[in-house]
Amino acid sequence: MKHKQILLAHGSGGSMMHDLIREVFLPAFDNPFLRQGNDQAVLDNPGGRIAFTTDSYVVQPVVFPGGTIGELAIHGTINDLAMGGAQPIGLSVGMILEEGLEMDLLEDIVRRMKRAADEAGVPIVTGDTKVVERGSCDKIFINTSGIGIVPEGVVIDGAAAKAGDAVLISGSIGDHGVAVMSERKGLRFDTPVTSDTQSLHRLVARMLEVTKDIHVLRDPTRGGVATTLNEIAMQSRCGIEIEEELLPIPPAVTGACDLLGLDPLYLANEGKLLAILPEEHADAVLTAMRAMPEGAGACRIGRIVADMPGIVRMKTGIGGTRIVNVLTGEMLPRIC
Amino acid sequence: MSIISSFRESARAKPIIERIHKRDTGPVSIMEFCGGHTVAIFRSGIRTIMPAHVRMISGPGCPVCVTSNGDLDRAVALAKTPGVILATYGDMLRVPGSEESLMQVKAQGYAVEIVYSTLDALALAEAHPEKEIVFFAIGFETTSPAAAAAVLQARSRELRNFSLCSVMKLTIPGARALLSMGEVKVDAVIGPGHVSSIIGADAWRFLPDEYGIPVAISGFETLDLLAATDALLGMIEEGKPDLANTYSRIVKPGGNRKAWDAVQQVFELREASWRGFGNIPDSGLALREEFADYDADRRFDIQVAPAPEHPACRCGEVLRGVAMPPDCKVFGSACTPEHPLGPCMVSSEGSCAAYFHYQRHQL
Repeated sequence: MKHKQILLAHGSGGSMMHDLIREVFLPAFDNPFLRQGNDQAVLDNPGGRIAFTTDSYVVQPVVFPGGTIGELAIHGTINDLAMGGAQPIGLSVGMILEEGLEMDLLEDIVRRMKRAADEAGVPIVTGDTKVVERGSCDKIFINTSGIGIVPEGVVIDGAAAKAGDAVLISGSIGDHGVAVMSERKGLRFDTPVTSDTQSLHRLVARMLEVTKDIHVLRDPTRGGVATTLNEIAMQSRCGIEIEEELLPIPPAVTGACDLLGLDPLYLANEGKLLAILPEEHADAVLTAMRAMPEGAGACRIGRIVADMPGIVRMKTGIGGTRIVNVLTGEMLPRIC
Repeated sequence: MSIISSFRESARAKPIIERIHKRDTGPVSIMEFCGGHTVAIFRSGIRTIMPAHVRMISGPGCPVCVTSNGDLDRAVALAKTPGVILATYGDMLRVPGSEESLMQVKAQGYAVEIVYSTLDALALAEAHPEKEIVFFAIGFETTSPAAAAAVLQARSRELRNFSLCSVMKLTIPGARALLSMGEVKVDAVIGPGHVSSIIGADAWRFLPDEYGIPVAISGFETLDLLAATDALLGMIEEGKPDLANTYSRIVKPGGNRKAWDAVQQVFELREASWRGFGNIPDSGLALREEFADYDADRRFDIQVAPAPEHPACRCGEVLRGVAMPPDCKVFGSACTPEHPLGPCMVSSEGSCAAYFHYQRHQL
């Protein structure tokens, strides 16, 4: 691009906008749907129930250890589909760009989105770009929507957890939250923590091959594992008991959290899922998960219980118990 | 990191817990003075594994919580003063004053900035020479050296637009006030770890010497707190109240001389207003005359009306250990972390918030 920064004219609908689309977006996202140049993508219907989701990404900073807002926008929407057991067939990308955004940064984000979509095997079939005046947004906001197909016989629902079910997690807790927080605060750790952003639909497909009898899938993003488990406990009207000693929290995450006064259970994850399923299938599903790179760190962290519906509790390392509550307000660093 | 995890190992906790259960003390009440300990005790589930005869109660050790409504109202008035940016720690924002909280004031468009350290507040002063930066300084001995350092730095950098509104308090006069009131039976005290790292473990010797109450200075990991509790029960069992320092990796008998000297250089003692206690003589830190230029109280003429506390809120009694959070009628109903009526429900170190977040299933 001959301009080094985004100008308001890039969103005007005129020739500069066409240049932007032709030179930045099309070469990266190129596929038959986009090449048609129509106002909509028309997809084949392979049959089955359709899952549909949307999410907006406003992460600050837009570049952090292990990724950018671009990968998040692709992985996040794919994962929202996957948590319903759906296999994604197409994504939309809507971008809101702030006047003055560095063109290099935009091109890097777009390249990374392309790579993430290619790796996931999910095409970006339609898109939109708007440019807003400086100060009206923070560099770049991205909205992605996605459509997926739910296989026959799969009914995954946050209200479906049953007493006796096992609670599994697909890997380590807290990486993304620490990566973003450390970038935001300019902190550097001996062991750098990088975001876990990745798509999970293949992992889900593999799990469903082992058994279709999976009750709940959720990706513990904003609000973290604690908030997600609380949502499930309330939706399913059950209690959840997790064990502190079983939680896969990397030492670097623990260290960073101790320093910042944060709790890993409330930190966002962008490439992990919680699975709740009958105990009888748990071992087989865990084995299948561990055989895939996305699920290499999969483990059991607790179980669904009948008492104390709506409450998540933790058996602590010393054998005590406490509640794991939802997050109230922003997490604030400690003051002394 | 491995150093930290070694303090959280359940295998190492087990023998200490067994010993605690075997201690023949009769019914005892152990009070922790530090809000950080309150949270650590709840998070680790220590209360849930204590023998029935050991009662653990929280004291006035949450700096946000003991800040009086009057002092909060002063912060609100400062934030509303034209040209002022009020900088403070994040925990302070949601605490309701008699009319409104700093967060509500911020939402009205006044400049209230969350800072993570006093140096951030200095940076604000450098970045905004046209504004007056007032740092609303709360906290105990732990945070006071950083406040002193900020004032000394401001002087050496010749920053003329930085001042401190000090409502900082000292734990020892607070502890003495609590014990002298005699309202609550305290058989042993878990002494604050980070406060003691500044003033020294020996500062707590008055507890066994004058009150006959054993004290154990503790760290914040589960094993620290178990070891401190065990040491206290041991002293009660033997009938020999003494001072134990189970946090000796951080806390020295004489504390951190250099840090405390800086505090003495910048501040002098004055009467301070504590929520739940009223005014306690010589329990607060005020800027010395020499540093008057950095004293927001002298630079701004702020008058606030006497400030009543919310009639239903029992934070004062909770802070004195007289009432437990669930004893309060509005706990968990009209007063929740989302809609707090009092500071103990707001602060991450407040007893009510700790009860609500970690233990309300056992009420």
